[in-house]
Amino acid sequence: MTAWRLIALAAFLVLGSDVRAEDMVIQIENFTFNPAELTIKPGTTVTWKNADDIPHSVVEDGTKFRSKPLDTGETFSMTFTDAGEIGYFCGLHPHMKGKIIVKP
Amino acid sequence: MADDHHDEGGISRRHALECMLWAGTGVLWAVTGGVPRSIGLLDSAAAATATGLTFLQISDSHVGFDKPANPHAIDTLKEAIDRIKAMPQKPSFMLHTGDITHLSKPAEFDNAAQLIGSAGLQVHYVPGEHDIVDEGTGKAYLERYGQNTKGAGWYSFDQGGVHFIGLVNVANLKAGGLGFLGPDQLEWLEDDVKGLSASTPIVVFAHIPLWSVYPNWGWGTDDAAVALGYLKRFGSVTVLNGHIHQLMQKVEGNVTFHTARSTAFPQPAPGTAPSPGPMLVPAEKLRSVLGITSVHYTQGKEALAITDTALADR
Repeated sequence: MTAWRLIALAAFLVLGSDVRAEDMVIQIENFTFNPAELTIKPGTTVTWKNADDIPHSVVEDGTKFRSKPLDTGETFSMTFTDAGEIGYFCGLHPHMKGKIIVKP
Repeated sequence: MADDHHDEGGISRRHALECMLWAGTGVLWAVTGGVPRSIGLLDSAAAATATGLTFLQISDSHVGFDKPANPHAIDTLKEAIDRIKAMPQKPSFMLHTGDITHLSKPAEFDNAAQLIGSAGLQVHYVPGEHDIVDEGTGKAYLERYGQNTKGAGWYSFDQGGVHFIGLVNVANLKAGGLGFLGPDQLEWLEDDVKGLSASTPIVVFAHIPLWSVYPNWGWGTDDAAVALGYLKRFGSVTVLNGHIHQLMQKVEGNVTFHTARSTAFPQPAPGTAPSPGPMLVPAEKLRSVLGITSVHYTQGKEALAITDTALADR
């Protein structure tokens, strides 16, 4: 097996596995983001996963980013590089709110 | 359900407001003497004797929904449409109060249009939040239903002496908020009703309830009070909504608020479940699941009776 094939395989194993150890998952269940507030280190990838039987979305409070509608079981990921607080809500059910705190 | 009729103060039964629950056909409205009252979809005698304008409301078809609460939402919509087709007297038109589709997908819009169109009635739509989650956040809906509308799809029309106003309260929603009409639409509304005589009956239809049903679950509209303020001077205002997949009614002065049932799946009564998500009921109960009856009566007013019929009803 050539070197690049090994690298490709390694990449597949990493990307193909659920989520990398340092990354975080926010469950969307019962019309809430769980956890609603999450503190992470810069460079962390956050994955939202919808466990409800109704679609939800993830929209930054100032609409700086917006996920597509997430149907049951679907996910949306964002990597946060800069320190700060990011408020977000569900574009379909805006009373659902969450917050990401990025702290070095 | 007749046992829930209240005959108060010698007022005859026909003055009572009656609400019978259903699992998803439609509400047939008749406007007699300028005041809308609804009659049973299946009550052919009532339909036959109704004079004036009659119209239908369907809501929350969620075409594309296939989860356990109803794996075949398209089938129950079809059943609802078949009932409408079988009505002995054709209503003048139909209102659809949003969530036509589940995920704003082109195929869902196509299937919905084909099925609903097969009733052979003119349909006036307003979008639900599920109809504007395409990449263009509402572009797909407007391309299909936005002709002769303003902004996110609001408009008004007159028929049978009634002024109908279709409002959009699902666009540009704000973090932490409820349904939202927005300043542009409110300004348009104020202008739209300015020239109307106060005796003109008004029917407002929008997806999310324009009254505070249960804000904890987002069941309300933040700036609805402004809109209702513009309608205060009118003698008869009827507000028809969907979104909550269950029948509710409230009468406040000259304004009657009513929410219709879904043709797709039921949702729990406010606060009775951890969340407002689709309510799972045994399959054999789906078509008759929603069986509460409420009766309202307003003294000195002509009746506005709302009768809903379950798909399971004959």
